[in-house]
Amino acid sequence: MMKLGKKDILGIRDMTPDEIRLILDTAESFLEISTRDIKKVPTLRGKSVINLFYEASTRTRTSFEIAGKRLSADTINISASSSSVVKGETLIDTARNLEAMNPDIIVLRHSAAGAPHLLASLVRQSIINAGDGANEHPSQALLDMMTIREKKGRIDGLKVAIIGDILHSRVARSNIHGLTKMGARVAVAGPATMMPRDIERLGVEAHLKIDDAIVDADVVMMLRIQLERQKQNIFPSLREYAQRFCLNRRNLQLARPDAIVMHPGPMNRGVEISPDIADDPGCSVILDQVNNGVAVRMALFYLLSGGNDE
Amino acid sequence: MPENKDHKIVMDREGIERCLTRIAYEILEKNKGMDNLVLVGIRTGGIYLAERLQKKISAIEGKNIPLGILDITLYRDDIARSNKKAPLGKTKIPFDLTDKKVILVDDVLFTGRTIRAAMDALIDFGRPKMIQLAVLIDRGHRELPIRADYVGKNLPSSLWEAVSVHLLEKNGTDEVVIEEET
Repeated sequence: MMKLGKKDILGIRDMTPDEIRLILDTAESFLEISTRDIKKVPTLRGKSVINLFYEASTRTRTSFEIAGKRLSADTINISASSSSVVKGETLIDTARNLEAMNPDIIVLRHSAAGAPHLLASLVRQSIINAGDGANEHPSQALLDMMTIREKKGRIDGLKVAIIGDILHSRVARSNIHGLTKMGARVAVAGPATMMPRDIERLGVEAHLKIDDAIVDADVVMMLRIQLERQKQNIFPSLREYAQRFCLNRRNLQLARPDAIVMHPGPMNRGVEISPDIADDPGCSVILDQVNNGVAVRMALFYLLSGGNDE
Repeated sequence: MPENKDHKIVMDREGIERCLTRIAYEILEKNKGMDNLVLVGIRTGGIYLAERLQKKISAIEGKNIPLGILDITLYRDDIARSNKKAPLGKTKIPFDLTDKKVILVDDVLFTGRTIRAAMDALIDFGRPKMIQLAVLIDRGHRELPIRADYVGKNLPSSLWEAVSVHLLEKNGTDEVVIEEET
């Protein structure tokens, strides 16, 4: 018997390699359920999951919702725009009220880094961080690692290039923590204004040119350029960004011939990734990532559910 | 773990083989051949027994009988009561179960709860014409109205004893042991 030694999933930073492996192994077993005619198992019957999303999301929220439903949990979606948040209720008050309705798991996305940690310390329910500011997005990193392991058979010893806005990307941060823990070599590249100053302290190589990071990579992970950042003068124009950092046929050739291309979505086609690569089934695993996302989130719900025995 | 006070081998390698050979013939006799017959082994012990039955039945009939693997963890009735989880294994049923006669295979039949979970799982995969149950050991103490169609050996046991089926494929030896639980 085994168990995840945690009440909450807040980040990859505080996970051990064994915990990551347990989640990935469990998720692999869940993949099969999504291929059945009846895509449902009774495991979490009578449990309820609240998806509390303070930021826009289609993919992640839907993925958590489907994951809960395939395990027979009741899933309730609350988005900030349609809740009492617009009436001025604080996160803490919202959480206390939700707690009083006795759900089992709360999935939280919030623009403030640390919001899920605050919630986890206040309520007895399990909290899953579905993205907190520029801090972490653990379920995304887990589904990315699952996809890499599925396609490459391992993570240990691979070179993974992460390209784009490293500074504002919670996906990058969670992946850097996870991939380095699992033994991968991580190289990042992006404009100087999008590169955290002491990024090397996380155990990665930092480059200012996409080519330098991509050389010999087994995995090329492109990040979404957050268009709203343009207003903050972090980059001058989309065209200039695309000229220097868009993944295309030419720079992809620097990677290993069997390299896979990943993107957490939503994609800006022609900005960070050229459409012919995004749609090339020979290298793009972007839709596999989405498929694996449901399985990873089922694994998280499954491993967090249950009694509190020792 | 402390040493078990009592450790008794109740079936050896030949015994297991003979039981499985007999069960293979009984399955074919009862179903009048292997038309529409499929085997589904319950993780983990049931898989190896199902594989052996597959070899025997296929050898007798001269054609291959389909084999599936079922992990019943997600259908257990005690899953919400504990945060300890058995490692979740893969389920592989690479054929349609609708209108098939399914022979469910497990190593030990005890409370019947595993079989209840397995039947629920199977029915999610289709509508079998029939489900039959083959077990190597029936140790009694049923908690649900379930019985086996094919039994290797009836082994009346006390609740304080543990009955373990050790198989070559996972334990390196073929034997059924009964030991007092410590």
